[in-house]
Amino acid sequence: MIQLVDLCLNAGKFRLDRLCCTIPTGSYAVLMGRSGQGKTTILESICGLRPVRSGSIRLGDRLVHNLPPGERGVGYVPQDLGLFPTMTVREHLDFALRLRRWSTIDCNQRVRELAELLGIGELLGRNVRNLSGGEAQRVALGRALSFRPQVLLLDEPLSSLDEETRSQMHQLLVGVKQAMHTTTLHVTHSRDEAAALADVRLTLADGGIRVDTGE
Amino acid sequence: MPAASGESRFFLLMGAIGGSYVLLILLLLLADIAYVSPGDFRAALGNPEIQAAISLTLKSCTVSAILSVIVGTALGYLLVRFQFWGKHIVNTLVDIPIVLPPLVLGLSLLILFSRPLPGLGYSLDDWLRPRGLSITFTQWAVIVAQFSVAAAFAVRTMRVTFEQMNPRAEDVARTLGCTRSQAFLQVALPQAGPGMLTAFTIAWARSLGEFGPILVFAGATRGRTEVLSTSVFLELSIGHLEAAVAVSLLMVVLAVIVLSILRLTGGRTGG
Repeated sequence: MIQLVDLCLNAGKFRLDRLCCTIPTGSYAVLMGRSGQGKTTILESICGLRPVRSGSIRLGDRLVHNLPPGERGVGYVPQDLGLFPTMTVREHLDFALRLRRWSTIDCNQRVRELAELLGIGELLGRNVRNLSGGEAQRVALGRALSFRPQVLLLDEPLSSLDEETRSQMHQLLVGVKQAMHTTTLHVTHSRDEAAALADVRLTLADGGIRVDTGE
Repeated sequence: MPAASGESRFFLLMGAIGGSYVLLILLLLLADIAYVSPGDFRAALGNPEIQAAISLTLKSCTVSAILSVIVGTALGYLLVRFQFWGKHIVNTLVDIPIVLPPLVLGLSLLILFSRPLPGLGYSLDDWLRPRGLSITFTQWAVIVAQFSVAAAFAVRTMRVTFEQMNPRAEDVARTLGCTRSQAFLQVALPQAGPGMLTAFTIAWARSLGEFGPILVFAGATRGRTEVLSTSVFLELSIGHLEAAVAVSLLMVVLAVIVLSILRLTGGRTGG
């Protein structure tokens, strides 16, 4: 579950005040809204990269708004992916696992699972600088899912992809959603993405989050 | 063709303007080379005092360049990634050694270390000497003088390096479980490798060319605080022009080696 209660944030030149929203455990929520409304700010606040002014953020049964990013259990895929340019695909997939001191056997097993799920088994030894846009997206997604986070945050993950790759990534995200059952908040401008993926549709407008019933 | 001939004329004009400077440097080097014979060069290199100066130069430049990269990396990262009170002042302060006349910097170092500190009644040297460390007019002073200028260039280089790196990767690393320091060590620092190599090379080259602060702060005692730049001065002062030119050419060779490394690493400032 992701629950925001009276969340107040500073977002560049404007402020977001008293945001409230609940995304049930295991749901795939899509957040839409015009550019510059603060969608990315909300994601950054949930994963701990931006301080909150007041209010609370609950992930599962834990209040996390005072915890450092690494203790929140959030997998985050930013819009520009933020891949590590000096690392290989394998090093991305086991990065969080090595931090958690998983054994080599468990790391390798998890990397194999992710590589199979995301179709990147052939790329494990490649440096991420040599990947196509779609491949890089898969690696960023795999890195975020690697440590089995309770919450996954995706910031316009498909916006920079061509039509064909975007369609493949749609299918992939549907597959990930069915396989992982991770509570997900996905920011997008695309109604097609929302229609294909969303269990819960949210709209950020006029400084508040509205649940879109689709009616 | 008119277009092609116009392009040629433009190329020739720009080449003539820019080439005049290249020609000046070439003529300077040729003049030095023509002035000394291989015998002068061998005699200079065989002089134990100049050998000691070469040894001290290589050691002091390397130590000051390493220190400069360490300081430059830490300060460059802080200045780029963090917002804090006084950041503009720090940014200005670290650029001062670049614009300050070298003699003034040497004089300032001399005053800082050898004059009593306000309110304390003793100098930094007085405080350090009982602890087994003497700075002014020792080889440590050579390193401090070189570091004082070289570090400013290293900070500049590392600032540009970190500015060119996307902070998002470090942010993501933190969401994956890294602390700030782990994100720096595991994600930022490996990307900054080429920039650190550039900073090291620039700091080393600056240290090699340092003269004024060393003369004032470390002195130019033969065999003790003599580095190659002071060797040139000392040889000139006793009328050994050939030896001075031979040492100058040796410095040119060292500079060319360092600049070649810089070119080979692509003069990169970031990943």
